[in-house]
Amino acid sequence: MAAPLVEYLLRLGDNCLILSQRLSEWCGHGPVLEEDIALTNIALDLLGHARFWLSYAGEVEGAGRDEDKLAFLRDAGEFRNVLLVEQPNGDYAMTTARQFYFDTWHFHLLSALQQSTDSRIAAIAQKALKEVTYHLERSTDWIMRLGDGTEESHRRMQHAVDDLWMYTGELFEMDDIDAEMLRRGVGADLEALRPKWTEHLQKTFAKATLEVPPGKWMQRGGKRGVHTEKLGYLLAEMQFLQRAYPGAQW
Amino acid sequence: MYAQMVDAGPERVRPAGEMSPEEQHFQERIDAGIKIEPKDFMPEAYRKTLIRQISQHAHSEIVGQLPEGNWITRAPTLKRKAILLAKVQDEAGHGLYLYSAVETLGVTREQTIEDLLSGKAKYSSIFNYPTLTWADIGAIGWLVDGSAIINQIPICRCSYGPYARAMVRICKEETFHTRQGFDIMLALCRGTPEQKAMAQDALNRWWWPSLMMHGPADSDSKHSAQSMRWKVKLFSNDELRQKFVDQTVPQAEYLGLKIPDPELKWNPERGHYDFGRIDWDEFYNVIQGNGPCNRERLRARIEAHEQGAWVREAAAAYARKHAQKKAAA
Ligand SMILES: [Fe+2]
Ligand SMILES: [Fe+2]
Repeated sequence: MAAPLVEYLLRLGDNCLILSQRLSEWCGHGPVLEEDIALTNIALDLLGHARFWLSYAGEVEGAGRDEDKLAFLRDAGEFRNVLLVEQPNGDYAMTTARQFYFDTWHFHLLSALQQSTDSRIAAIAQKALKEVTYHLERSTDWIMRLGDGTEESHRRMQHAVDDLWMYTGELFEMDDIDAEMLRRGVGADLEALRPKWTEHLQKTFAKATLEVPPGKWMQRGGKRGVHTEKLGYLLAEMQFLQRAYPGAQW
Repeated sequence: MYAQMVDAGPERVRPAGEMSPEEQHFQERIDAGIKIEPKDFMPEAYRKTLIRQISQHAHSEIVGQLPEGNWITRAPTLKRKAILLAKVQDEAGHGLYLYSAVETLGVTREQTIEDLLSGKAKYSSIFNYPTLTWADIGAIGWLVDGSAIINQIPICRCSYGPYARAMVRICKEETFHTRQGFDIMLALCRGTPEQKAMAQDALNRWWWPSLMMHGPADSDSKHSAQSMRWKVKLFSNDELRQKFVDQTVPQAEYLGLKIPDPELKWNPERGHYDFGRIDWDEFYNVIQGNGPCNRERLRARIEAHEQGAWVREAAAAYARKHAQKKAAA
């Protein structure tokens, strides 16, 4: 396993990269023009964050891997994103649920990382937090609209939050890498994010007339490179050109 | 571009003697270079011509997202992905401004979109061609956005205020689109032999459709005289097409690519390039729905619209509920 800091940065970068890739699949297919634009915007923000994190990971690693080598030339087992972000777009409710779970966590994570003793991490977090604040406002808004919209939208939204629930536990899981990063003051205490995440979720769901899913059993593995079946297809598409034309400059 | 205008409004120019005093005054304003604004008097035919032209243009922006969107998830580097995402997002934004411009003429966005989905309204023929390789993304930016600029810069001076102003904004972004397309081509042409072949293949497939983008030959577009008089159209299709060819040939030479036209030749007397005959049969077939991707492009738009219906309804229902709650409070 690579140095803990490299692993940690890959986790941060891969979450953003994979979710951005998913969101970009919506481009040209959104339910209304304004949403098409908004989703593309968020995909762009997250792609920007991914590039910061991955470039930094490559520099720390010191093995000559830049953002593109890391994005395009690793296989699924080397990706460190949480399972939540690789889940397919589904309908708009599914995309919204995934985004809301992630944004709420992302917001609190970046808020904590602003205090990182690693000045580069603190700076990236600070910059990204401005954008993620808007992401969270937007996805919170859509949870309420769809939850408390029509009968159909309510049914779809409840179904979506239920469906993705089992992927939320991993967000707060502290493993050795996280513990080491926390000990050095570089990383965030993920367990400490949970109450804040839950509070925002409960408040929002109450307004949206949605039930908080009761499930306790959670899926995990993404952070260690054990993914769902979905990631392989995503990477096959994303990495196609770099794999088909090795070494070419684009 | 994008307003290709196969059917570009009234066939004959109304002579002054047939005009009402209001119409004469309207024409005088146009001749004097004064912009027409939504609340001003305008002849019905002028309004209709504009609605058709601007909505065609708007639809082209929106449908145009699809062929390029096709490569966002496969862009070869993260930087290229970011640039392409931003570009396709711009096109959606262009669609948005233009639908708003149509609304100033009294047609709602819903109605305008309905006309696209029912097949009643047209969009530029170019988007009915497939994007088969990454080089097609370069070729579209370079040639298609390049054509769009040539077509649209004059429209910044058109007589209808909201359209002219939308176009000023749009043209700024189109300049960036063309540049990114050319830059993709340049990277490919400086790359491996396979990459260069990819670039040449893209040019081979996109060249003629790009020439067709400028619309039917002047000899066949009998409708444009009145549009010119109204300053809705400022140059003829053939003039714009010639401008595109003259501008693009040296760029292809710089890239080291060959334009797929054996008759292409500099004509020192005319001071322009001569070029071969466009396959108008293909052009009219693509316009009428027989292009390689017409059905799938329209289907993609219809599916997005239908699958988004419950989302739009939910947003509207939520807004209604909350307006009531606020009113009650
Ligand atoms: Fe555009
Ligand atoms: Fe463009």
